[in-house]
Amino acid sequence: MNIHEYQGKQLLKGFGAPVADGVPVFKIEEAEAAAKALPGPLYVVKSQIHAGGRGKGKFKELPADAKGGVRLAKSVDEVVAFAKEMLGNTLVTKQTGPAGKQVNRLYIEDGADIDRELYLSILVDRSVGRVAFVVSTEGGMDIEAVAHDTPEKIITVAIDPEKGVTADDLKALNGALKLSGEAAKDGESLFPILYKAFVDKDMSLLEVNPLIVMKDGRLRVLDAKVSFDNNALFRHADVLELRDTTEEDAKEIEASKYDLAYVALDGNIGCMVNGAGLAMATMDIIKLYGAEPANFLDVGGGASKEKVTAAFKIITADPAVKGILINIFGGIMKCDIIAEGVIAAVKEVGLKVPLVVRLEGTNAELGKKIINESGLNVVSADDLDDAAKKIVAAVKGN
Amino acid sequence: MSILIDKNTKILVQGLTGNTGSFHTEQALAYHGTKMVGGIHPKKGGEKWDGSVPLPIFSTVAEGKEKTGANASVVYVPPAGAAAAIIEAIDAEIPLIVCITEGIPVSDMIKVKARLDRSTSRLIGPNCPGIVTPDQCKIGIMPGNIFRKGSVGVVSRSGTLTYEAVFQTTNAGLGQSTAVGIGGDPVKGTEFIDMLEMFLADDETKSIIMIGEIGGSAEEDAAQFLIDEAKRGRKKPMAGFIAGRTAPEGRTMGHAGAVISGGKGGAEDKIAAMEAAGIRVSPSPARLGTTLVEAIKG
Repeated sequence: MNIHEYQGKQLLKGFGAPVADGVPVFKIEEAEAAAKALPGPLYVVKSQIHAGGRGKGKFKELPADAKGGVRLAKSVDEVVAFAKEMLGNTLVTKQTGPAGKQVNRLYIEDGADIDRELYLSILVDRSVGRVAFVVSTEGGMDIEAVAHDTPEKIITVAIDPEKGVTADDLKALNGALKLSGEAAKDGESLFPILYKAFVDKDMSLLEVNPLIVMKDGRLRVLDAKVSFDNNALFRHADVLELRDTTEEDAKEIEASKYDLAYVALDGNIGCMVNGAGLAMATMDIIKLYGAEPANFLDVGGGASKEKVTAAFKIITADPAVKGILINIFGGIMKCDIIAEGVIAAVKEVGLKVPLVVRLEGTNAELGKKIINESGLNVVSADDLDDAAKKIVAAVKGN
Repeated sequence: MSILIDKNTKILVQGLTGNTGSFHTEQALAYHGTKMVGGIHPKKGGEKWDGSVPLPIFSTVAEGKEKTGANASVVYVPPAGAAAAIIEAIDAEIPLIVCITEGIPVSDMIKVKARLDRSTSRLIGPNCPGIVTPDQCKIGIMPGNIFRKGSVGVVSRSGTLTYEAVFQTTNAGLGQSTAVGIGGDPVKGTEFIDMLEMFLADDETKSIIMIGEIGGSAEEDAAQFLIDEAKRGRKKPMAGFIAGRTAPEGRTMGHAGAVISGGKGGAEDKIAAMEAAGIRVSPSPARLGTTLVEAIKG
């Protein structure tokens, strides 16, 4: 789960991290009061969407030479003028895709005198099975380009979970970021704070780009991108309250209610599969035969008839779907349960597109029998190859 | 020979009394008499399991191990308590721990991994389908009827793709020595390299299928391991597959570990690394068996 920058900063501030004063704004009328609450004379007006690249992004509704999604304002009037241009409009960045995202929230922040821009993130380094800091002196820009062009400028410091951030780790981080004097002292207090926030809140990513050294030599968290481990949300009710469902795909929200792993894609063959690996492989084989999947959908292990019905409804509700492939290799999942769920769903919502079903594994014969005796117009397939060929042929024939 | 488990493996079940634990314990007992020796429940110690065989229930893993001589445990405990269950098994010095549970917080697994590194236990999983040595022993949730005793070692990050590989090698007449699902989480007990080392050392394993997916660099690491081992003259015919060729960057595909981020963990790099290590990588998940047959023919 992702949250907005201003929410991330408020969270980090609660742990004691140095962030600028700022006020979130939901309506244009709130912008003036927000700016007046800040010391000035410099303000930053930042679009709050769940995507990076906002500064270089462009608003669809504005002329091509208009400013981007993060703007520096020099007066309260300018803050208000910017808010009018930004709120409600659609920001397109390299991470939003061409459709862009509507800006429904702004964050008005106190401006800072920047001396240096650094990069810092915390994530799980799976190669060592530990939480790691990734830092670079090359902050404020596209870190992927830095990683590609000058990998030696990116330094990773993995943290021993039983010791936490040690004096050696602090030395390594300060050294990597070339921090000295006041900034180094700030680093010694900031790095453990960020690590504690990451671990305590079960984050999966905490990215501060940039972390700045100000002209007065102090450190400040200038941006915060925070994602949480979905598997740990059950123990963080406070984090769940920060969820902004307007940033998510409606079908994905519906799927999450039933504990279905669903990702919307651009093709026209809807897929229902058990197991994440097989679900990806099913997408791959559809592509191999020249068509495109409309979604990734893993019904998981041990799904109930209700869950299968819900999954089927989510797939058929997508107008782009011109055919459906159900591919089940039952282990925990019993094929007869899948068959009953599909039949119940078809009876409820109807079936307007070709449906190919492949059942294998636990209770496969029973599942096939239920489908065959249902009287529904379902094509059964012998194996995965056969299933993929049949659904692609059916969709292309339409 | 087989790897990890055989007909002498004695298994405790952590989470025996839940629906999933009970169902799959029955399935294991029915699979060539896999030696399920007891269950663990902190409040039901001394009771008997209400299954087809009245297995004893112990309060702790340590007690269960002492009374039964168990040398393996399987964990079906729900996500919130699964890491504690694994750590209990590590503390009881159970040599082989298999965790089926899906959805364990990553930070919990980081703690488990730290404990594991200082122990003598091996953990398979979490979020995995388990291990089967055909006709001898089944730990976990794989459907037993698709297996056939044979010569292929199967190792996979994906549960249901493990079934595909097993099913297809059975249909190809090759059968399996042992099949292991190592799980789809970013932090896990056992990586490809550990499994490949065991399969290379096992006389009964004549060929290997390795199934990876997008995310991380475990496949690339495994490929380098195979290149190094081949230089020492250790090599077996291998087929492979990588799931997620068509997955978009930045979207997590079901498994917590299956995500392409920052341009890393993509399928094409993994396929190239595996091919460079002499693995014949199938473009289709439906041709794992036939691709391995071709690899064996050379």
